[in-house]
Amino acid sequence: MEHSYTSRQEMDKYGFNPGVTLLAPLVCLLLQAAMPKTFPWLLHVDLPLIVTIFFAVSRRSPIAGAVTGTVIGLFQDGLTNHPFGVDGIANGVVGYIAASVGFAVDVDNLVNRILLVFTLSLVQDGVLYVIAHWLLGDVTYRALPLQELIGAAANCVVAVPMFAVLDRFRTRD
Amino acid sequence: MESFFSRFKNPLVLIALVLLQVLALAVQVQRPGNGLDGGADGRRVAKLRGWSIAGVVPVERAMHGSSMKVRGVWENYVDLRDARRENAALKQDVDRLREEQAAFAEDAAQGRRLQALLGFKEQYVTSTVAAQVIGTSGSERSKVLTLDKGAADGLKPDDAVITPDGVVGKLRDVYPHSSQLLLLDDPTSGAGVILASTRIRGILRGTATGGVEINNLTADARIKPGEKVVTSGGDMVYPRGLPVGVIASIAPDPTHQPYTAIVVKPMANLARLEEVLVITGTSSTMTPGMAKDAAAAEQTAEANQKAADLSAERLPSLHADAPVTAGAVTGGVAGAPVVSDDAESQVGVVPGIPNSGLPKPKPVVHPDRFSVGAAGPADLLQPGGSASGLMRDDPTVAKPKADGQGGPQME
Repeated sequence: MEHSYTSRQEMDKYGFNPGVTLLAPLVCLLLQAAMPKTFPWLLHVDLPLIVTIFFAVSRRSPIAGAVTGTVIGLFQDGLTNHPFGVDGIANGVVGYIAASVGFAVDVDNLVNRILLVFTLSLVQDGVLYVIAHWLLGDVTYRALPLQELIGAAANCVVAVPMFAVLDRFRTRD
Repeated sequence: MESFFSRFKNPLVLIALVLLQVLALAVQVQRPGNGLDGGADGRRVAKLRGWSIAGVVPVERAMHGSSMKVRGVWENYVDLRDARRENAALKQDVDRLREEQAAFAEDAAQGRRLQALLGFKEQYVTSTVAAQVIGTSGSERSKVLTLDKGAADGLKPDDAVITPDGVVGKLRDVYPHSSQLLLLDDPTSGAGVILASTRIRGILRGTATGGVEINNLTADARIKPGEKVVTSGGDMVYPRGLPVGVIASIAPDPTHQPYTAIVVKPMANLARLEEVLVITGTSSTMTPGMAKDAAAAEQTAEANQKAADLSAERLPSLHADAPVTAGAVTGGVAGAPVVSDDAESQVGVVPGIPNSGLPKPKPVVHPDRFSVGAAGPADLLQPGGSASGLMRDDPTVAKPKADGQGGPQME
């Protein structure tokens, strides 16, 4: 039997063209800001979160995942009325966890992808709750379980085709 | 030491990133004008936010422009199809509104006289800037919209934003060519309001669930669902008297006892805003245009009053000092002019003018051949013939019975 000395991390590690690395999150941020004006129900979907998870699991580098998530989150903060850092921390943590989980599971599998996006959407909501309550002392911020479950499910629906499209742009390192 | 950093490189980087942002949050929260209370951000944070917005606005503007073109083509076609019918309906509306305006003009004039007597300073909206919504915050938790007008168009932070339906929010941050509109239903939003009929003052706030509530009032039996809510002017942001919404429900607030949670349904559809008006100027005196409109309305009201007086003089039944006959009394107090609300009991009634018609004859209790209608239709009558024969054949006329019932009775 032939043994390989290449780790799973190295085998499944992908890279991206710098243009794609820059443009994909930017397009997601723009769509997230512009589309809900016409289709308000799209506010349930979090495109920047999905793209953070995609890049994190594809690169399988927790540092890259955390940095990508933080930058995207800070940009999101700029478009809202939240202080800078709220979405930055939440997306950074999600990017880190996504990259770490990417080592352990086959993230090319459809079911794993759905489970990953669903779970990480809820993780992001949890982190946002902790930030609002413990760091900002915002008593008006409430956990909305039903709304968060709907949001997580909507993210899964959008993530499946979006991952399939983005898969075409990845290159094996 | 080197092995520690290389071994825990990943978590250490994450911790460093999180710590940096926690510090940034702490700095932002501690400073006055931190934006958490719905006000504008500090100078540096506003600059950072301005960069983010500047990156997004051109694309949003382009997307908005192209979508408006596509929609415009379709809407022009639809509008043309219904233009004639809509035009007729609008003309009717204009006539009705003119009547209403004339009716309100006298009240308004009286209100202004009383305000002048009391030294009350009314705020009139003197200038507005129309702006289009081109984007959102992209977050469910942040009810912020991006407008296509900014400081270059005369907008300032805290300017009130309205639609023809009612108040929608205020400007938060204003950039040279764009601005952020903080909607009423954002949790950091607030407005001073007054309940229209009970005149109770309260503070309107957005909730975490995207609703709008007044939660600083204790239980009061006078507050009922359906009551209108208008701005009080006490917050120095929204001019007094602008419609905000109607009370949808009232319930005890379990997290905020002894206060009640009065849920308000905004007049404007906050989820579907396309165009808004930003109030850029108010004044304690009326603008020339408004004064002209008020004068025209007062003239119309006076003309209507004269016409009503003239009609009253010509119609004897409308005189207040006319003797009231027992047969004409349908209600009211003795000695007072009798006014019947039953429009069907009057002939030639003109809608909106009470007692404009003549009284209809009362139904006959015991009909005979001299009763109205007993003679039958004119085409059946013969010259020199008797009407009594017709009466006998007419089934609508009661015939005298053998026992004396149904016929004329002697009293």
